[in-house]
Amino acid sequence: MKVELTNLTKRWGDVVGAEGIDLSTKDGEFVAFLGPSGCGKTTTLLMIAGIYKPTVGEILFDDRVVNTVPPKDRNIGMVFQSYALYPHMTVFQNIGYPLKLQKVPKDELQKHVQRVADMMGIGHLMDRKPAQLSGGQQQRVALGRALIKEPQLLLFDEPLSNLDARLRLSMRSEIKRLQMDLGITSIYVTHDQIEAMTMADRVAVMKDGHLQAFAPPDELYDHPKTLFIAGFVGNPPMNFIEVEVKQENGSYQVLGPGIHLDLPADRGEKVARSSKVIMGIRPEDISLADTGVKGEVYLIEPLGRDDLLDVRIGETAVRVLADPALGVRMRDTVTLHFNTDTAQLFDPDTEQSLLW
Amino acid sequence: MTTRFETEQKSGLLQRILTALPYVVLTISIVPIIIGFVWIIVATFSYRTQGILPINAQGKIGGLTLQNWTFLLDAKIWRVTFNSAMIALGMVVGVGFLSSLTGYALSRMNFRGRKTFLGMTLVLHAFRPELLLIAIFQVLLFIAGIPIAGKAFGFNTVGGVAIVMVSLELPLGIWLMKGFFDNISWDMERAALIDGASRFRVWWEIILPQIKPGIAALAIFNFISGWNAYLIPYTFTIGTKVSNLSVFLNQFSSDTSPMGWNQVAAVGLFQLIPILIFFIFTQEALLNIYGGGTKGGA
Repeated sequence: MKVELTNLTKRWGDVVGAEGIDLSTKDGEFVAFLGPSGCGKTTTLLMIAGIYKPTVGEILFDDRVVNTVPPKDRNIGMVFQSYALYPHMTVFQNIGYPLKLQKVPKDELQKHVQRVADMMGIGHLMDRKPAQLSGGQQQRVALGRALIKEPQLLLFDEPLSNLDARLRLSMRSEIKRLQMDLGITSIYVTHDQIEAMTMADRVAVMKDGHLQAFAPPDELYDHPKTLFIAGFVGNPPMNFIEVEVKQENGSYQVLGPGIHLDLPADRGEKVARSSKVIMGIRPEDISLADTGVKGEVYLIEPLGRDDLLDVRIGETAVRVLADPALGVRMRDTVTLHFNTDTAQLFDPDTEQSLLW
Repeated sequence: MTTRFETEQKSGLLQRILTALPYVVLTISIVPIIIGFVWIIVATFSYRTQGILPINAQGKIGGLTLQNWTFLLDAKIWRVTFNSAMIALGMVVGVGFLSSLTGYALSRMNFRGRKTFLGMTLVLHAFRPELLLIAIFQVLLFIAGIPIAGKAFGFNTVGGVAIVMVSLELPLGIWLMKGFFDNISWDMERAALIDGASRFRVWWEIILPQIKPGIAALAIFNFISGWNAYLIPYTFTIGTKVSNLSVFLNQFSSDTSPMGWNQVAAVGLFQLIPILIFFIFTQEALLNIYGGGTKGGA
């Protein structure tokens, strides 16, 4: 099923939950809503679920406006961060509840619940109450309950946030696998950019109730449209340095405190009008070299495969990924090479990208 | 950690005394109450008592009798007991049902005048029933004038007393219930709505089971206050046909008849029995705090 949002807005008096969201998904697509807490992603999800009524705008399921359709008639399944299992019911009753409400005959319900529970790997826990299950098992019950009525749309509200890191990783791929196998259009709300990047076909980045971008993960990573997206997507986060761009006989140069770099012409051309810009450069695009910008190592965070260095160039701090084999130590003076071929440039006032 | 452990060991004796202290204080403080109960029980089975001990005409210990309990043979007592039970059950069902519905609406739904309603409810609770007696009398007289309903809920009917008691207790019940509903996670309710339940089914099948202890607490509270009701039945009923146990008990100590103290004790004890039974059955529900199926966000 396709989902389309047009100018979707939710306000409570002066409080804005979401403002003018325009977005449309393809059938069977996995879409992630990404943003910090309070950005309106859950508000939007709850409007799609039918729990909140939009103040302005429309929600369309397969070209049908569903604004006033109650949640029970939308044929959706939803998984909550708190799992929201019914504590007084057994696993069997929890998973079977949507079918019970549809008045499915008993033996058919039994078969169906068993099949879904087996698929989720909790078939042996049918008589347990939610309080007797581990977090991961509870999550599977919640997933089973969302799937049993074979919904046309699956909604996830930060479903993995309460799991420990290891389990989160395995559930992540499991949900992704399941979604691909079943081909159900899914909307997944998260504040974890890694979750959004790894799972989603397209990511909708939100901030302060506004949709900042809706694009595939690579696109967000390589061509961030705003300063916010650039800073939010990617781990470790992008470095931002206030610089000036100067043009000298055909070549472009970046000048900052203690920084002097060449800028490729295709990027330099686009900043011709505004000389003061914010340059964004990812930690993996800065490397230790023999010549270049000098700085002092302030902190080293070993990440295993790489060391994350916090290097101070005068007042400016930049994060750099370095090979641990180089044996850099704290307080060392290092020389950095900036790969400006992938540098991002932003207008300091509008925070919009000057490149894309 | 080790230092803390050592301190604990050193002050082991002091620790033990501190642990025991509350129990000692509690035990001492309930001794007078227990003596009171024992005294009542003894008194109901004797002609006279001296202190806690029954005595006979010669002033010696003895002289037990069942005479104080002969009131049980009187048909009147069963009539008023039935009336007391109807008032108490009326309150349990009436207040329980109405305030769990109202509390849910106030906790979960947004409607015009919600805040005003909440405020007014609280103000209503502040009025003592004594202040309202005359007004209530007028209302009951009005109801008595309505055909059919007047027979069941008008002045000088058990139904009328029950209705008045229910209305006086509703504000507290509504606030209590709203508080319980406020503590239930929204997610569970949303999940049920998405699963396909109607609002009413969500309330009945999903939310109410979560607040069983709260409902039990309210039920006990209402049963006791309905069972012990005195002022309202005394004011709005005439004669034993519609009066209840408390009013009946009061007749023993009226101006015109001499006070039969031991008989009063017997009726009082008789009145206490249902409450004890009721409490035994509901205390488990009261103490049973539900293990939630939610983690973190609840």
